[in-house]
Parts: sequence; structure tokens; C-alpha cells
Amino acid sequence: MSNPQQLRYSKEHEWLSAAEDGVSTIGITEYAAGALGDVVYAQLPEVGDTVTAGETCGELESTKSVSDLYSPVSGEVTEINEDVVNDPSLVNTAPFEGGWLFKVRVSEEPDDLLSADAYTEFSGN
Amino acid sequence: MSQTPRTTALDATHRALGATMTDFAGWDMPLRYGSERDEHQAVRTRAGLFDLSHMGEITVLGPDATRFLAYALVGNIATIGPGRARYTMICQEDGGILDDLIVYRRGPVESPEFMVVANAGNAQVVLDALTGRAASFDVEVRDDRDAYALIAVQGPASPAILASVTDADLDGLKYYAGLPGTVAGVEALIARTGYTGEDGFELFVAPGDAVALWEALTAAGAGAGLVPCGLSCRDTLRLEAGMPLYGHELTTALTPFDAGLGRVVKFEKEGDFVGRAALEKAAADAAEQPPRTLVGLVAEGRRVPRAGYPVVVDGQVIGEVTSGAPSPTLGKPVAMAYVDAAHAAPGTPGVGVDIRGSHEPYEVVALPFYKRQK
Repeated sequence: MSNPQQLRYSKEHEWLSAAEDGVSTIGITEYAAGALGDVVYAQLPEVGDTVTAGETCGELESTKSVSDLYSPVSGEVTEINEDVVNDPSLVNTAPFEGGWLFKVRVSEEPDDLLSADAYTEFSGN
Repeated sequence: MSQTPRTTALDATHRALGATMTDFAGWDMPLRYGSERDEHQAVRTRAGLFDLSHMGEITVLGPDATRFLAYALVGNIATIGPGRARYTMICQEDGGILDDLIVYRRGPVESPEFMVVANAGNAQVVLDALTGRAASFDVEVRDDRDAYALIAVQGPASPAILASVTDADLDGLKYYAGLPGTVAGVEALIARTGYTGEDGFELFVAPGDAVALWEALTAAGAGAGLVPCGLSCRDTLRLEAGMPLYGHELTTALTPFDAGLGRVVKFEKEGDFVGRAALEKAAADAAEQPPRTLVGLVAEGRRVPRAGYPVVVDGQVIGEVTSGAPSPTLGKPVAMAYVDAAHAAPGTPGVGVDIRGSHEPYEVVALPFYKRQK
């Protein structure tokens, strides 16, 4: 698998797109989706919620477990992916594309986000 | 549990297939190869291939073998016919369940030989208990855990797949029966047993033959849609079929009567057996004042109940989830739970599960969630 070069990554296995008009798209990596197994339920933050970098803002349920969802940045949620709410398997089949989770108007970014190469080394994938 | 997990004879095969592995009862086992839901559906509609070599085989033989097992276990072992198998349990003196077992009778009644198959996590406990209980019997209790690999073929296409690689009389092999035979050139005990709620077979073979058998079955099943299946889908398959799992629905703190499985205790059999007095009392108590009852729960929402979550009515805890998962067949989360008898009837209103602080509505249903069409 390959982690797209244009994205940045958190150590909680989220990815973050470059901001467009101050808004970044967030999802979980293919490595994270593979570790979870089939995702069956995604509880996402709500539009208008304020999320904080490194804090939980939702959860992803798979067949075997439930995992907290962390936001890699701080800011206000501007959109959530309703397609994933309706069909959580998108997180498994297209983690970097159709399986994106939510968008944030970024107010603050931590300084420890990883490049694609650094994340690949960190996750071993 | 810091020991290196044990690997099965099929370890390299699993890795070559790209399996996600997991530590299960001290064994490094395939959790899934791809999507666990696809594996689940393959078993329900076509066929799946499982490595179950972690299961614990114990051979019991000798002149007193039948009488001994009737004493050591709660079932009536004398009535297991040649080539037949029986689901039973081994209990403590206080009636608590040590393990649930399948006992296969091998060979003729006049020279009794049985294979007792225990759960991987309990195999040593069962071996120790059987050995301890054998003192005054002319019997040999033999640890055969390393003597067998176990491969299961489960699903509606499994009879045709297996028939294509064996001359054994599968049509004559009833559910819970086993016969020796040759499968793809490999000597096997062919048993019509399983833990999926589907028709299927379990093949006990020498570990050195496991890879050849696995590859032959993979090839034989390719046209029928057989796929390798991991423990993750095995768990959702057995849950849908309402089958208990030791450590979840069955524990030493529960008697078979508490678990709704009192039928496996055969008081009418000849002679004493370990746990009889305690189990007679448990049976009387269960009839008079029902303990918590094992029920099925089906979610109205999408959040998944997990083992240990409280079952609630009006904010009061009335039970506990023992197993829970998203059911691929129902398309909804399901759970097994022990609940107070007053709330155990199907359709009981107001039942919920406390899922990390929020009370999600659940419908009480009779088990199983899924029964195959015969």
C-alpha cells in the first residue's frame, strides 16, 4: 500500500489534506482501516462542532472492536461524509478517497504531523 | 501471557495468503484473510476453509474408557454409538462448567476409544481434570494436542467439495458423526461437525499432512467459491447460530442449567459423576426460581454491544452482554446476554444496552438469530 504524498499524517493514523480556503479533509489511513477490519459504524462529529488536535471526536466500530476517532488538528467541523455514515465500508475500500470522514476549518495545527514518508516509516506500512 | 504464541502446521500458508494473525489462547491464528464479512457470507452461501488446529484433542482409551468418561463428564457417554459424536461438558464438583466438549467414539464398543476435543484455552485444564479423575479406572488419558491438525470445510457447498476429493460415504455421514477415511490422499478422521450453523465437516489429520490437505481443498473448492476464513468470521457465524463460546456464555461461575443447557446433564445415566449433587440442586433451583436467562438481543440502531456491557431497563441493570457483533446476515448488531428472567421473554419492552454511557434500544429475541434452511 502507499500513503499519498500530498497528505500529512498523525501518529493516531489519521490523514489530513492540504487546506483549501482554510478547510482540510480528514480520514484514516489504509493501514488503520486494515487494522480495524470491516468498519460497520462511524460516529462522526457534527457540523459546527469544535474539535481539538489529539482529542477524540467520534468512533469507528468494526466487527471485532470499537476505536476512538481523533482529530489531527483543531478547528470547526464544516462537513461530514454522509456517504460513510450510510456505508461505513467505504473506509475500508477507499480510505484516502471516498472514505474520507470530515472536514475542518483549521484553527491550529500541531507541529508533529508526519510526511507520507515519515508516516510510512512510523507505521511500517 | 508473554510466551511466544504457538503456530499451527499451516502457519506459512496463512502468511502466504496475507492473513491478519491474532493471538488466540496462546496460538498465533488467522483472524481474517480479507474482509471478515465476505468470509462470513461465503460460509453462509458457498463454503469456507478454516484452520482450527488450536483445538485440543485428548484420546481416552482402555477397558474402562466408557465408564470413566461417564464419570468425568456430565453426558451419557455409553449411548454414543460407534462413529458418532456428542456435545457435552466437563464440570467442577460444584457444577461450574470447566469446558464444553465434543466427544467422538472411535472404534467398536467392545474396545472403547474416544477423542475428546476441548477448547484451545481449556485444553490443559481438561487434560489435568481428566487425568486427575482417572485414578481408579483402567484407562489411558493421552495428550494428543500435537498429534492432529484440524481443518474445517463449512457451508452449503462443502459436501460437494469434499466429495470431489474423497471416496468416503459422506451421504451416510450424519450430523455429529465421524468416520476414518482418505481425503486427497491424506488419512483423516472425517467428522460432520462445526461451529458455524451450516452443514460442514471437520477433518482431523496428522500435522505433516495439513498443507497438502489445505491445498487440495482450496483447489477443489475454487469453482464453488470456497475461501479461506479466519477466527473473526467464525465468531460471528457461531453468534448468529446462537452457539455458546467458553469464556463468554460459559464459565466456571455458571452451571449448564444457568447457561440454558441443562439438557446436556444426564442424571439418568448409570453411576455417579463429578458434579452430580451440585447439578441436581442447580436443576431444582433453575426450575423453581429461574436464574438469569441467556437471550438474544437485536439492535434497533447501529452501535455494537460488546461482551461485558450492561443490559438495562429504566436505568436499572438487569443483565450483561456476553457476546456481541454486527451480524452480517441480519445487517444489524446482535448480542447474546444473560438477563433477569422477568425481562427474558421475546419482545419484552424497554430493554436497552448501555453502550459506553448511552442506552441504546434493543429487542429481546429467542436464539438463534439464524437457522439454516435444510
